[in-house]
Amino acid sequence: MKFTEEHEWLRPEDDLIVVGITEHAAEQLGDIVFVELPEVGTEVSKDDEVVVIESVKAASDILAPIDGEIVEVNEPLVEDPGKVGEDPTGEAWFFKIKPADPSQMDDYMDEAAYLAYIG
Amino acid sequence: MAEPADDDLKDLPLAGLHAELGGKMVPFAGYSMPVQYAAGVMKEHLHTRSAAGLFDVSHMGQVILKGADPETLALAFESLTPAAVLGLKEGRQRYGLLTNATGGILDDLMFANRGDHLFVVVNAACKAADIAHMRAGLPGIEVEEITGRCLLALQGPGAEAALAKLAPEVAEMRFMDVGYVTLAGAECWISRSGYTGEDGYEISVPDDAAEALARALLDDESVLPIGLGARDSLRLEAGLCLYGHDIDETTSPVEAALQWSIQKSRRAGGDRAGGFPGAERILAELESGPSRLRVGLSPQGRAPMREGVTLHHGGEEVGHITSGAFGPSVEAPVSMGYLPAALAVPGTEVEGALRGRLAPVTVTGLPFRPANFKR
Repeated sequence: MKFTEEHEWLRPEDDLIVVGITEHAAEQLGDIVFVELPEVGTEVSKDDEVVVIESVKAASDILAPIDGEIVEVNEPLVEDPGKVGEDPTGEAWFFKIKPADPSQMDDYMDEAAYLAYIG
Repeated sequence: MAEPADDDLKDLPLAGLHAELGGKMVPFAGYSMPVQYAAGVMKEHLHTRSAAGLFDVSHMGQVILKGADPETLALAFESLTPAAVLGLKEGRQRYGLLTNATGGILDDLMFANRGDHLFVVVNAACKAADIAHMRAGLPGIEVEEITGRCLLALQGPGAEAALAKLAPEVAEMRFMDVGYVTLAGAECWISRSGYTGEDGYEISVPDDAAEALARALLDDESVLPIGLGARDSLRLEAGLCLYGHDIDETTSPVEAALQWSIQKSRRAGGDRAGGFPGAERILAELESGPSRLRVGLSPQGRAPMREGVTLHHGGEEVGHITSGAFGPSVEAPVSMGYLPAALAVPGTEVEGALRGRLAPVTVTGLPFRPANFKR
């Protein structure tokens, strides 16, 4: 599992990457009340805004961590956005992306580096 | 509103208790204030609606006005507010507005008749300006800022039972009654009112007794500490204005749908019609209607539409949202904003600009949730 400075976690699953937000991010955001997911089949570039989440406090964007194609989204989150706060690293993943260039994953932190990053 | 740098922030007298309770502190109106505690905004909101919540609102301004006699004082204060002050019975409180010469709103406040004086509670961000305004505008009236007292609010259907354990007489109070009650060994000034749409009390308590009182209330298992985050979503669902957002120096009381705070005696044809700043505009708007009006707005999707979102109708920008959030009790996004009078009719469909798209919004009556006062 890898981590971005934007507090996303990236978990390889076969030839796909599953993307969600970390416990730390979920805690900072507070209760999540709205999730908007991208359409399956969308081609995205690294740093594109692909998911919008709204907490009780504010709106935030989830960025595409790498170039690729969105091949699956976690549709139940739209009806039950509170899941993001309850199980951010498990059930509440946002989307699965098929990487265009798997080497882009090398840029990201491992768990120890992420834990040091959030201090 | 610009927030001062962190070093200029004032701490609440109960800062230590907030830290112990896990309060997440944020700058608000010059104070370091708890925005939420461990339970989080959503749970705190729902708990206040189902049981009871304790809010520390000690940042607000507490002011005592004294005059030669009650009538002189009441008539003097009426020169600054469109509310009827004369005629408010001793032991009763009323909501009022300070208006400016152009009929805008300088602040909203609560004032109580306590016999030989008026007790006034004003917004934190406005208190210095309000006090200067009252001193300048009320010659012969003593304007005393009360310091050394905290202000706590206990709100929710469980508030009466929780407070009555400490002082049984509070159960007899009705909505907007005020009185003196001994709590935690100190004389407290108490009103049956609040900012959540729920039954409850607001309690002015001397600083040195505030922590003991807060702890005694929190000892009751029905009472949780509640931060500013839930305070905002509670007042929004209740359709209550936040000064500086839903009302300001440009919005008139009639535009803001607060004409209920202007009693008959101050309106055209009343005993003491007019005689307050901006009366010309305000009385004219009461007569022939304002050009724009504050309304409730229900975004049809799940996405909250917050302050600043523009409202559109027939391809034109027609207004904007002044407050918006997700309403935990209505389980949907709720907003307030201003629309031209012709569109400010419940059921009207408009659109809100959200992330570059126009999304449907329905004009609704306020409040979003009926109030639960003990009248």
